[in-house]
Amino acid sequence: MKILFKNIDMPGLTSLSVYEGQGGYQSFKKAFAQKPEEIVEIVKASGLRGRGGAGFPAGLKWSFLAKDVFPRYLVCNADESEPGTCKDRELLEKNPHLLIEGMILTSYACQVGTAYIYYRGEFQHAADLMDKAIEEAYAKGYLGKNIMGSGMDLDLYTHLGAGAYICGEESALLNSLEGRRGEPRLKPPFPAVEGLYAKPTVVNNVETLSAVPWIISEGAEKYAAIGTEKSKGTKLVSVSGHVKKPGNYEIVLGMSTRELIYDLAGGIRDDNKLKAFIPGGSSTPMLPADKVDVGYDYESIQAAGSMLGSGALIVMDHTVNVVEATLRLSYFYMHESCGKCTPCREGTRWMWQILGKLQAGIGTNGHVDKLLDICDNMSFKCFCPLGDAAVGPVASSIKNFRSDYEELVKKLQGGAVSV
Amino acid sequence: MFTFTPEDEKQIEKIVGKYPVKRSALLPLLTLVQRRDGYISPEAMKAIGGKLELSPAYVQSVMSFYTMYHTHPTGKYIILFCHNISCQLNGADDLLAYTSKKLGIDVGGTTKDKKFTLHREECLAACSGGPMMRVNDVFHENLTTAKIDKILDSLA
Ligand SMILES: Cc1cc2nc3c(=O)[nH]c(=O)nc-3n(C[C@H](O)[C@H](O)[C@H](O)COP(=O)(O)O)c2cc1C
Ligand code: SF4
Repeated sequence: MKILFKNIDMPGLTSLSVYEGQGGYQSFKKAFAQKPEEIVEIVKASGLRGRGGAGFPAGLKWSFLAKDVFPRYLVCNADESEPGTCKDRELLEKNPHLLIEGMILTSYACQVGTAYIYYRGEFQHAADLMDKAIEEAYAKGYLGKNIMGSGMDLDLYTHLGAGAYICGEESALLNSLEGRRGEPRLKPPFPAVEGLYAKPTVVNNVETLSAVPWIISEGAEKYAAIGTEKSKGTKLVSVSGHVKKPGNYEIVLGMSTRELIYDLAGGIRDDNKLKAFIPGGSSTPMLPADKVDVGYDYESIQAAGSMLGSGALIVMDHTVNVVEATLRLSYFYMHESCGKCTPCREGTRWMWQILGKLQAGIGTNGHVDKLLDICDNMSFKCFCPLGDAAVGPVASSIKNFRSDYEELVKKLQGGAVSV
Repeated sequence: MFTFTPEDEKQIEKIVGKYPVKRSALLPLLTLVQRRDGYISPEAMKAIGGKLELSPAYVQSVMSFYTMYHTHPTGKYIILFCHNISCQLNGADDLLAYTSKKLGIDVGGTTKDKKFTLHREECLAACSGGPMMRVNDVFHENLTTAKIDKILDSLA
């Protein structure tokens, strides 16, 4: 079942004419014949959930927009910086018109007149491609004034960041788009009430918005019939690490993770044994191999002790040093902490230092307990979810692979010492 | 002396026109200058601030938040070498060390001929193609030592 990746490798798909030849931009007639609120209801009924990480129902978010306050903005989150995640880039580079179509429909539903796509700075090439696609869409009358006689006006622009993971967090993204330091804002107010330039704003992920055209064309029921009871539709999963065929795969939500790793991604390299996997991107807790039969959907992964996140499955075979892998993830959060709040700014650095000691062979079992203590002091105590994200890999790797830590302590010290 | 060219002025007008509030054009203008000059000098900060009615101190404060801006001249080609988890699992550390040795510079350094600057990068969203590096705007995936040689040796 391919919705987002239908024709994804077709040559020339980035051009408007090829895209239209594949049935692109056909959803407008149907959409514009209905009231904006009706489109919101369709997306609500489809069960589409946000694909950027939190999995919040898209239609519901749209319905939270402050009533009768204009102008409103739509911002597409194309910051894609969560380690393991590379699906948005593929959509952006190979099928830009799908996102444009989704953004036009979403703007119609949310009565938005100006929309931005916020790219991480390193996506210059993808943004250049999009600028060309946008130009074509203007020329065809899909953007600009009175789109196809609907009375709707929409301007769509690309905007590039300049290197900062935290700018993927929606309120930090809005600050960045306003020409400020990319620090998160206090919530509430949520962007739907006070977002860009303090106006009602919808922020959605690239993949979320790219799913909207199909839902409008094919109907909510058809979308809601795909997947599990609460995880509807298809999801792009970026599979990386120790697999034979890493790549982005579009799956029906609920497929078993085993099937994803062993069938789609070809199994573990060198036919090694699976040791651990991170199901939803670096921020989501690591799981041991015995959880590999978990269904790849929001609820099942949560029940197994982790999260679906952005849909980035990182696979590690038995040769991996879990402490070393955790050290690298921990470096990431230390590097990307914006520094606004103390538990995250100090906690991420401290965790990284302790993990470094453990990896270097000068750690003790007391250090492992100290890590857990720091995790405890960061969880739910940081200003934004980056702090919790930093805890995920550390706490889960100790929980599931404590013996790896202890072995390192023993091996290099000739006996466990405690402090 | 820092000046904007007539072509820059045209670009700037277009960029500023995208936003209802001028300040939003700050990152794009910094990027414009950096792509032209390779770095952003104090004079450039002042000139950009002048365009957007922002103080040089404000411009610098925002600029310093983002890792992609350089305050000193860099090489013609900026290599961002990913070392994060997916690339690490597939041997990025060794390949980064190889690249560093090949170019004769440490991470963060620029070659004497000002051709290459080498940076270690956090994830660049090419995880299923790791190990990877970005050379200016181009992503190179599934790297090996032979592939790195070929890419870097082919650059003029
Ligand atoms: C630290 C952090 C980084 C994030 N990075 C991204 C990102 O790169 N892309 C993204 O779409 N959402 C990211 N998010 C989630 C956004 O805050 C937001 O929930 C999302 O863009 C909403 O879109 P969705 O509902 O369509 O998923 C991040 C959140 C946090 C806390
Ligand atoms: S949790 Fe970290 S990233 Fe978030 S506001 Fe605090 S310091 Fe910044």
